[in-house]
Amino acid sequence: MAYKAKIRVTLRPSILDVQGKAVQHALENLGYSTIDAARIGKYIEVTINEDQVGEAERIGDEICRKLLANPVMEDYSVELEKIN
Amino acid sequence: MDTVTIGIVVFPGSNCDHDTEFAAASFSKTSTRMLWHKSHDLQGSDVIILPGGFSYGDYLRAGSIAKFSPIMQEVVAFARQGRPVLGICNGFQVLLECGLLEGALSRNRDKKFICRHMHVKVENNRTMFTSLYDDNEVLSLPVAHGEGNYYAPENTIESLEEHDQIVFRYCDAAGNATEEANLNGSVSAIAGISNREKNVLGLMPHPERASEALLGSNDGARMFEGLVEYVLE
Repeated sequence: MAYKAKIRVTLRPSILDVQGKAVQHALENLGYSTIDAARIGKYIEVTINEDQVGEAERIGDEICRKLLANPVMEDYSVELEKIN
Repeated sequence: MDTVTIGIVVFPGSNCDHDTEFAAASFSKTSTRMLWHKSHDLQGSDVIILPGGFSYGDYLRAGSIAKFSPIMQEVVAFARQGRPVLGICNGFQVLLECGLLEGALSRNRDKKFICRHMHVKVENNRTMFTSLYDDNEVLSLPVAHGEGNYYAPENTIESLEEHDQIVFRYCDAAGNATEEANLNGSVSAIAGISNREKNVLGLMPHPERASEALLGSNDGARMFEGLVEYVLE
């Protein structure tokens, strides 16, 4: 049994996202006048070989705190999907 | 003690390691050691420097993967003993990631990679890194970074202020901390901070690239000289 962890890491709303701003301006230039915000984050997929969903959740949370996200300026979410 | 051993950590992707070695070795009583990131041996270093560059290609976040290098366990233990650790540019990012310093560095406010000389003011000359500078002295030091926009929550900034941990701020040539002089958008124009004990310093400017007049400025040389004097005393 394994789980695919779909991890999203995003900058906190209070942090200026300069990449997102550049993309937003490009979208405006394309004529999308109703788009007024764009924010860019990271999407990371990790396969966790664990039988228990609780253990997979614990590992998913731990790796975000230890490495994948910087708690000073980023938030994260982990979504688990059962595979094979 | 009659000689000072300066250890320079080399990560895959470090690119200021030899410049730092050159600057550090220019004092008669110093010897240098290049410390490969996979080693656990600090080779008797009296001072540790984490140089600039792009450790691990800046994958994930600048400095985030370097903090798990074997040598960093030894560097953290060395720092916890109160011994001098200096992080320059990417080295500053590594010190923040491994928790020796507080806060984080994000993309520069105006999206651009900034590569130029900037003025920085010495906000605290009572550290082993800055003892040869005058208080409030304005230095000209080169910066070269895309992610140098210092951020920390308000309570952290207050705590840094309260404990005199803000060591360098961006300023104009006259020493005024103007909005224009703070090119990367750092909170409170912070260019460099120390830990509360003042034995760990991280800064975005490159003192090693301003170590002799031929390079356009020798304002960085006194940082290395000050460290050597500190260890010899």
